[in-house]
Amino acid sequence: MALSGMRGLSVFISDVRNCRNKEQERLRVDKELGNIRTRFKNEKGLTPYEKKKYVWKMLYIYMLGYDVDFGHMEAVSLISAPKYPEKQVGYIVTSCLLNENHDFLRLAINAVRNDIIGRNETFQCLALTLVGNIGGREFAESLAPDVQKLLISSSCRPLVRKKAALCLLRLFRKNSDVVNVDGWSDRMAQLLDERDIGVLTSSMSLFVALVSNNHEAYWSCLPKCVKVLERLARNQDVPQEYTYYGIPSPWLQVKTMRALQYFPTVEDPSTRRALFEVLQRILMGTDVVKNVNKNNASHAVLFEALALVMHLDSEKEMMSQCVALLGKFIAVREPNIRYLGLENMTRMLMVTDVHEIIKRHQAQIITSLKDPDISIRRRSLDLLYGMCDVSNAKDIVEELLQYLGTADFAMREELALKAAILAEKFAPDLSWYVDVILQLIDKAGDFVSDDIWFRVVQFVTNNEDLQPYAALKAREYLDKPAIHETMVKVSAYLLGEYSHLLARRPGCSPKEIFSIIHEKLPTVSYVYLLDYAFIHNTNNRYSSFNVCKDFDALTATGPRIAESNLGSIPQQRAVEYFALSRKGAALMDILAEMPKFPERQSSLIKKAEDTDADTAELSAIKMRTQQQASNALVVTDQRPANGAPQVSQLAMVMVPSMNDVDHASVDQPVTQANGTLSVVDPQPSAQDHAHVRSAAPAADILGDLLSPLAIEGPPGGSAPSEQNSVSGHEGTLGVDDALALAPVGDHEHTVQPIGDIAERFHALCLKDSGVLYEDPYVQIGIKAEWRSHQGRLVLFLGNKNTAPLESVHAVILPPSHLKLDLSPVPEIVPPRAQVQIPLEVVNLRPSRDVAVLDFSYKFGTSLVNNRLRLPAVLNKFLQPIQVSAEEFFPQWRLLTGPPLKLQEVVRGVRPMSLGEMANLFNSLRLMVCPGLDPNASNLVASTTFYSESTRAMLCLVRIETDPADRTQLRMTVASGDATLTIPTAAKPSAPVAQPTTPAIAASDPGAMLAGLL
Amino acid sequence: MIHFVLLISRQGKVRLTKWYSPYSQKERSKVIRELSGMILTRGPKLSNFVEWRGFKVVYKRYASLYFCMCINQEDNELEILEIIHHFVEILDRYFGSVCELDLIFNFHKAYYILDEILIAGELQESSKKTVARLVSAQDSLVDAAKEEANSISNIIAQATK
Repeated sequence: MALSGMRGLSVFISDVRNCRNKEQERLRVDKELGNIRTRFKNEKGLTPYEKKKYVWKMLYIYMLGYDVDFGHMEAVSLISAPKYPEKQVGYIVTSCLLNENHDFLRLAINAVRNDIIGRNETFQCLALTLVGNIGGREFAESLAPDVQKLLISSSCRPLVRKKAALCLLRLFRKNSDVVNVDGWSDRMAQLLDERDIGVLTSSMSLFVALVSNNHEAYWSCLPKCVKVLERLARNQDVPQEYTYYGIPSPWLQVKTMRALQYFPTVEDPSTRRALFEVLQRILMGTDVVKNVNKNNASHAVLFEALALVMHLDSEKEMMSQCVALLGKFIAVREPNIRYLGLENMTRMLMVTDVHEIIKRHQAQIITSLKDPDISIRRRSLDLLYGMCDVSNAKDIVEELLQYLGTADFAMREELALKAAILAEKFAPDLSWYVDVILQLIDKAGDFVSDDIWFRVVQFVTNNEDLQPYAALKAREYLDKPAIHETMVKVSAYLLGEYSHLLARRPGCSPKEIFSIIHEKLPTVSYVYLLDYAFIHNTNNRYSSFNVCKDFDALTATGPRIAESNLGSIPQQRAVEYFALSRKGAALMDILAEMPKFPERQSSLIKKAEDTDADTAELSAIKMRTQQQASNALVVTDQRPANGAPQVSQLAMVMVPSMNDVDHASVDQPVTQANGTLSVVDPQPSAQDHAHVRSAAPAADILGDLLSPLAIEGPPGGSAPSEQNSVSGHEGTLGVDDALALAPVGDHEHTVQPIGDIAERFHALCLKDSGVLYEDPYVQIGIKAEWRSHQGRLVLFLGNKNTAPLESVHAVILPPSHLKLDLSPVPEIVPPRAQVQIPLEVVNLRPSRDVAVLDFSYKFGTSLVNNRLRLPAVLNKFLQPIQVSAEEFFPQWRLLTGPPLKLQEVVRGVRPMSLGEMANLFNSLRLMVCPGLDPNASNLVASTTFYSESTRAMLCLVRIETDPADRTQLRMTVASGDATLTIPTAAKPSAPVAQPTTPAIAASDPGAMLAGLL
Repeated sequence: MIHFVLLISRQGKVRLTKWYSPYSQKERSKVIRELSGMILTRGPKLSNFVEWRGFKVVYKRYASLYFCMCINQEDNELEILEIIHHFVEILDRYFGSVCELDLIFNFHKAYYILDEILIAGELQESSKKTVARLVSAQDSLVDAAKEEANSISNIIAQATK
């Protein structure tokens, strides 16, 4: 074989190959680069041949991995050479060396365009190839029309047209507007009639991209795709050169079936029949053969057919064939097929309810978890995760735990996370859950993220029955000779909180526990903190002598540690404990037991979703499901997919919240104490703080709780709660003081409120504390806490004056859907005093009505009367809930048509960026679920609505915005469950009205609240 | 969509790279480093797919060369595996039982051929015959230009004799 045909190039390549080591190679390359550089400097003396040769050498050097930071210009300039050989080199080297973001490329646009519109077919091909491979946005804008012309031209030969099709595909990816011209769908349909398989293959790739973006415009192409499939798979009507190992262009078959998956359904019965006949033929007629390539090609087609059947879903008979085939595949020895079998089974779980059938293969799938191929192990883990439910959770989680010991490091974190989630989601009993997590920490402490152990702590804190068991388990682990740092943390925490429940057991006296944790001290950097948690509780509960001794023991070591060199954090802590120990009586307040955590969705699941997004879990099916779901807006009669895992997960999230209702009052002081610490926070709602707090690492929580107190000491005589009640308004009160000193004289005039009452109300609808009403004499502040369908408000009635406020009356005019219980209001408010009036709210059922507070008082002679709307509005009874795609879409499809699902186009809204809208949603307690909607200009959010009659009810919202016109948007809301259907039907404005909030909200927060009324 | 094509020798030497998605020079070297580490160490009887940074890399070894193509997670893996084989068959036909040396000394030919098979990371032509025809047409265009140049220089040489 004649070598490169360029002697200089061959010599150079040989030289490089003969280098004995990397150093020599570098020397040789540097020499060559120097040579090329000097030759390029004096470009005039270069013959075209030499120029070509040097540009090739540059590419070769570049491929070896060396930086080539010059000569790009020379490569690009060859593009405009008149002769083919130079032009060809210019095009190829440019497209290898540069990417679409290089500035040099811009210089070439004109030359490239000249070649595209010129008459020379070979030049057209070169130019189209370059643009197809590295063309960017600018190319899209300036070249798309020319490329389109070539694609549909009848005078162009196939070799140009197929390149034009793929070139256009590239330009479409860079800027989707280039193909959105009228009539393009007709042209696309014509292109699909093409006889030449080369052109048809390229056009089909273009078509896949177009329908994935918007299938609506291309319905007319659907029958054509089916025709193409029939032509290939049934009639085998292709020239010999387009068969591959006897299979009529497998690639074209795959692409065509891929395109069909972007259509939600095939409605025309005859088209549908024809399509299913072909699919049936593929499913049944694909045999395993010896020839690897033939086998691969036929299975490429088969797997695509499977995906298409899964998508079209309705023919139950074919679905079971699919499951049977996949069952066969996951048991074969051929690794590729087994891999794909596992992968497709996981996808199948997402689209249809096949849990029961797939469970039959559980043993086989677990075997694959031990496969030598990490790719297969990953698929197997994913499938096990997807197929897990209450019935097999124990088996699967135990398998995962066992595997954890031997798993690749690359997989351990994911494995630990998935095991933790499954244990939480499907725990048959909570003690098992605690067992699993502790085992997890024990076996793979390094791979257990903080979220996992925070979560178990939350669970234990919120479930009293679990506390003795968890404490006992934690105590047992401490006896092990070597335990992981995380285990020390979690045990110290659990024992700190609950070791008093073990007091009578041997080895569980506070003193013993103290010393065993203390033993682990040197190994754990911030165990001081946790020790503290331990100590303070023992202190609290056995306020007897031995506790004091324990505490003394610790604090005695404090100063020593402070002098040691363990790092600044332990030192700081030590100083703080020491300071704490001197606080005397006030200590007890600081040392109160941790309150229950507010229920919210597991951060683990969120984390798993994040990682999923990271690893682009968005499988084609998932994306196609999304496609389908966006279609569900129009065709709302989709069949519900399996609800089993979603339901159980939701249940998991909600169950604890039920036994969580009655502790509000118990926890009050501590939660509020938290409030005091963060007055600066723009949203000083106690509940929000709890959220923030539990979301932050526990260490910091304790730290936050501790450090300011330790440093400043608890506030003098005042009880924390009292302190808190004022704190929310400190800022405003300061201002008011100044005001109050000013003119108190003109009583004669009617009393004018300060600030806009409506505006204050609107603001309070979005946050949980603030001023509801104010005039020169009175200020009414409000502070609210909401928990599921209940709310606890406190009205702070402040007399700003030096004279008493008399004849104070406050009556609530409740709407029918709220049960309101206002504590008695004192008739007289002393000068410059503030009284607190608690108000209990229970939401009976959804409604948009608003409660009104009728408030009056006498100041001097004037009687002031005001009717104030109370911010006990619908969105207060929402709890954001993160919903994953697998949960969202079935629910979304389940809720069909009005009155459960309503859609509305809202025009003339205040233009808002998506970020702003997302923020607004958050303050309305709707959880924005990023990534659910494939279209970036849409927003999907979810939340749970609580009322006594409906209990927890999932509400889903989707906002579609038009990036070109921000003043209008389309909103679709879905909510409801079985028990809600009747009230919903009876009162169409009720539950659905609540999702309308965001729509109106989007226009303007003020308008939204108006809408609420 | 194929994001890039890599040909790597068993020793980790790069024999061809083609990037259909924009990667900077730095990213390109990093990708090559990471993937060589992952793929060259894999045993012989494993699947041809490697999951990597949310993508999939479909690879196949032919003698001393690994052909790798990176695709999206949802793409059809086997289809890509056979695109690799299609490419190899065409190289084989062109060079006459191709070996690594052919691709080293004629790396530019490998690029021409690849450009006739893939554009924009999608399959352009699935007929080996058509590709062979187009590539040889290009070759003859180059040869013709060379002859023409030679004859011109002959004329000049004779005229100035």
